[in-house]
Amino acid sequence: MIFGAGILKGMLVTLRSFVNSYFKKPDQGGLFTVEYPEKRLVAKERFRNFPFLVYDEKPEDPRCVACDICAKECPPKCITIVRDADAEGRPLKKPALFDIDLSVCMNCGICEEACPFDAIFMDHEFEIAGTERHQSLLYHKEDLLKSNGYFRQIRPSDAALIDARRKEAEDKKKAALKPAAPPEKKE
Amino acid sequence: METLFIQIKTLLVNAAALVLPPWGVTLSSMIISALAILGLGPLIMMYLTLMERKVLARMQNRIGPNRAGPWGLLQPLADGIKMLTKEDIRPSAADPLLYFLAPILIAVPALMVFAVIPFGKGMTAADLNVGVLYFVALSSTTTLVIFMASWGSRNKYSVLGGMRSVSQMISYEVTLVISVVPILMAAGSLSTQTIVESQSGRWYAATPWGLLSCMIFFICGLAECNRSPFDLPEAESEIVAGYHTEYSGMRFALFYMAEFMNVFSICALTVTLFLGGWQGPLLPSWLWFLIKTYLLIFIVFWFRGTLPRLRADHLMGLAWKFLLPLAVMNIPAAAMSHFLSEPFSTAVPLAILMVSVAVLSFFNKGYAAEKRVYHFTD
Amino acid sequence: MKNKTDTPLTEDFDTQTLQINVGPQHPATHGVFRMDLTLDGETVVRLKPVMGYLHRNHEQIAENMTYAASMPYTDRLDYFNSMSNNFGYALAVEKLAGIEVPERADYIRVILAELTRIVNHISVIGFLLNDLGAFFTPLTYAFREREKILDLFEEIAGSRMMCNYFRFGGVKRDLPPGLLERIRTMMDVFPRFLDEFEALLTDNDILCLRCQNVGVLGRELALNAGLSGPMLRASGLGYDIRKVDRYSIYGRFDFKVPVGSKGDVYDRYYVRVLEMRESLKILDQALRQIPSSGDIISRKAAPFLKAPRNFKPPVGEAYGRVESPKGELGFYVVSDGSPQPWRYHVRAPSLINLTVLEDLCIGHKLADAMVILGSIDIVLGEVDH
Repeated sequence: MIFGAGILKGMLVTLRSFVNSYFKKPDQGGLFTVEYPEKRLVAKERFRNFPFLVYDEKPEDPRCVACDICAKECPPKCITIVRDADAEGRPLKKPALFDIDLSVCMNCGICEEACPFDAIFMDHEFEIAGTERHQSLLYHKEDLLKSNGYFRQIRPSDAALIDARRKEAEDKKKAALKPAAPPEKKE
Repeated sequence: METLFIQIKTLLVNAAALVLPPWGVTLSSMIISALAILGLGPLIMMYLTLMERKVLARMQNRIGPNRAGPWGLLQPLADGIKMLTKEDIRPSAADPLLYFLAPILIAVPALMVFAVIPFGKGMTAADLNVGVLYFVALSSTTTLVIFMASWGSRNKYSVLGGMRSVSQMISYEVTLVISVVPILMAAGSLSTQTIVESQSGRWYAATPWGLLSCMIFFICGLAECNRSPFDLPEAESEIVAGYHTEYSGMRFALFYMAEFMNVFSICALTVTLFLGGWQGPLLPSWLWFLIKTYLLIFIVFWFRGTLPRLRADHLMGLAWKFLLPLAVMNIPAAAMSHFLSEPFSTAVPLAILMVSVAVLSFFNKGYAAEKRVYHFTD
Repeated sequence: MKNKTDTPLTEDFDTQTLQINVGPQHPATHGVFRMDLTLDGETVVRLKPVMGYLHRNHEQIAENMTYAASMPYTDRLDYFNSMSNNFGYALAVEKLAGIEVPERADYIRVILAELTRIVNHISVIGFLLNDLGAFFTPLTYAFREREKILDLFEEIAGSRMMCNYFRFGGVKRDLPPGLLERIRTMMDVFPRFLDEFEALLTDNDILCLRCQNVGVLGRELALNAGLSGPMLRASGLGYDIRKVDRYSIYGRFDFKVPVGSKGDVYDRYYVRVLEMRESLKILDQALRQIPSSGDIISRKAAPFLKAPRNFKPPVGEAYGRVESPKGELGFYVVSDGSPQPWRYHVRAPSLINLTVLEDLCIGHKLADAMVILGSIDIVLGEVDH
């Protein structure tokens, strides 16, 4: 026969799927669609999309010290940092300008890995489409800064680890007393 | 309930009789039927698109359209509005006349065949005594229109689609007509209403020759209206959209409409010819008719959700080397059952058909699937 | 079936061949690939593949960056299986710098690479059946399962497709807690799904008609064209780099390499199905053997995680290759002692497998050409790197 058992077998599969979609739960062969704007999947903790900068107490004092490491390591070179200076022109340990170009960023997370000051992390926010190609996709320091509380909220276990490490370093610094220059943080 | 629609029509005609002369009453009766069909065609088409999308989605473990209205019931309207408001694009190299005429001409016969479909007891818009012939004749004009569209749009994909369509339709048209012959012999009439009435005792599909005939008719019908697995003329993954590649907006919608109305009419005719038409217990006749038709339409969508597409040469092989001889053999088988008495009237046709299937399968064994053995290495 | 009464019409009837252009925007070209086809009726008489629409200068970019910075770029080669790409590149650089990989990291790598193979094969088969005209049903089924694995990837690496998870000397981070159990549950369900998937179409007569004896790739041609992966194995050569090189820890697992007999589209389809089943076996063994704790990155390479710029492999060259789902994926890296590779080259299996397209398609119908293209399994990101 030209049309034989194979066709019937296949048609049974689709029929079963049709019936199951009405009567079964998602894990038993029912519909598995999550209807996006109303319902959302729980974000995985390691989910990474676009970087943000962390500040501890107030946004004027970010953890970032404008060391430029992330900008150098960034594979597509989407980060631009200009170091802040005080009134006399001496460089300060914070960025005056911290721009990330979303249209260039490829969400690889290398900035987060490379940062020695735990200052830049990957965000969970993914609804960041813009209506315009240039300005809305260029993120400035003000757009990027988010509190440590937010970081704790989206990535609780990572934040706990990092906070513990920072506290330990802080304690060590206090114990060492009066360091002449702010020490480079050790891993 | 049974005569609901007929009563409505009688009411309207009687109302017309109050103000119109006798010829006006006849005319208004015709106009009412025509309007009913004109309204029914697009309505059926619109909700068939929704049904297809829903059924396919469910088969594929998706939800399907559910945003416009409850359960997506307004989706066809939204689609229609979108189609109407789209820019009307005409390729500059296209043949203006053919390009313009094709979408119109394809929708007209698709609507016209509705006239002979018996939607219920006494509910045929025009009970022609050549109903089946009328259907076959009208549906074969589609070939010409499709070729007009493909040639007129001056697109290579369209031409390929058109060529496929013409060869496919001509092959399957022959088989389609021959597969109906046994029914016409048994019913002794070409009128669809009479054919339905002659099945009051037993559906034709319940006899061996009738069942075979039904299957051949249905398969050929699928090929006629370019449905999967015979959707070569519009094979998306090969020739983009076939003959309507260059059409957009409302022109495309007309092609789409014609396709869905053809699906409906093919299923309706299968029901009429083989599955007892509107006959059935308890429920009103028109409801029975719709239930049967929609079940068949579900099968059409089911095919679409499951089967891969045939290739042009296999398609021709199937029609000419298998279905056509089988349909021809079916005629003597049906004749036998007419002239023999009970145990033989089923057994002899059955034997004839089984032998022919076996013989045809033997000659077509080149098409059979090979069993493959795979070995493993380390 | 060969048509025996195929007399040339040209003697008394003037016919022309039809030249059509399939792609770069065409539903069946799997991306931005273009085929310049000449048809005689529906039969392909000439086929010229045109590629490069997705060319991104991958190799040159990599030569201007640190070694580690190329890792996310390898994700984007064959964007269906970033883990395998990572694996190949990591192997090459580890060979160059002489880095050993800790055991747990090796197991994690193998598990992820095999999951990737399943993801790739299942979606390739879905696409292939879609090209055959099975209207999206196999594809949605395939993507449903793919989704489950991608969810795991997201949990592990933070991203579903662009994983960027492997590092020289190990992997980026340890697996999140409870993940191995979730892989195990996924694996328990998967064979049942595969059975269902096969029931859908493997024995389907139309599928057999369309696929068997179509696009037959002989052993000779396959060898001479330098093919690899399922393409080569379907043609009857059991060449699998996992068996030949036994790289990483593949020597420890008991698995077999399925081999086809004819080398047609059907064999290429079915060899992939069987490979998925073998991958499940490897996964099963790996999940049982994986040490419950341990380093995930070698001591020697760990400092460079934070400072990729300081990573300077000694002068030399290395070629690392893996059996990616598409075939032999090789990375050739030459170091001049600076933080940037002096030369970086990718042996992209998609590109090399694509070279036989014309030989396979000539004499077949237009519809077959699409199916053959689907069965070659190309990803344009890799073809046009």
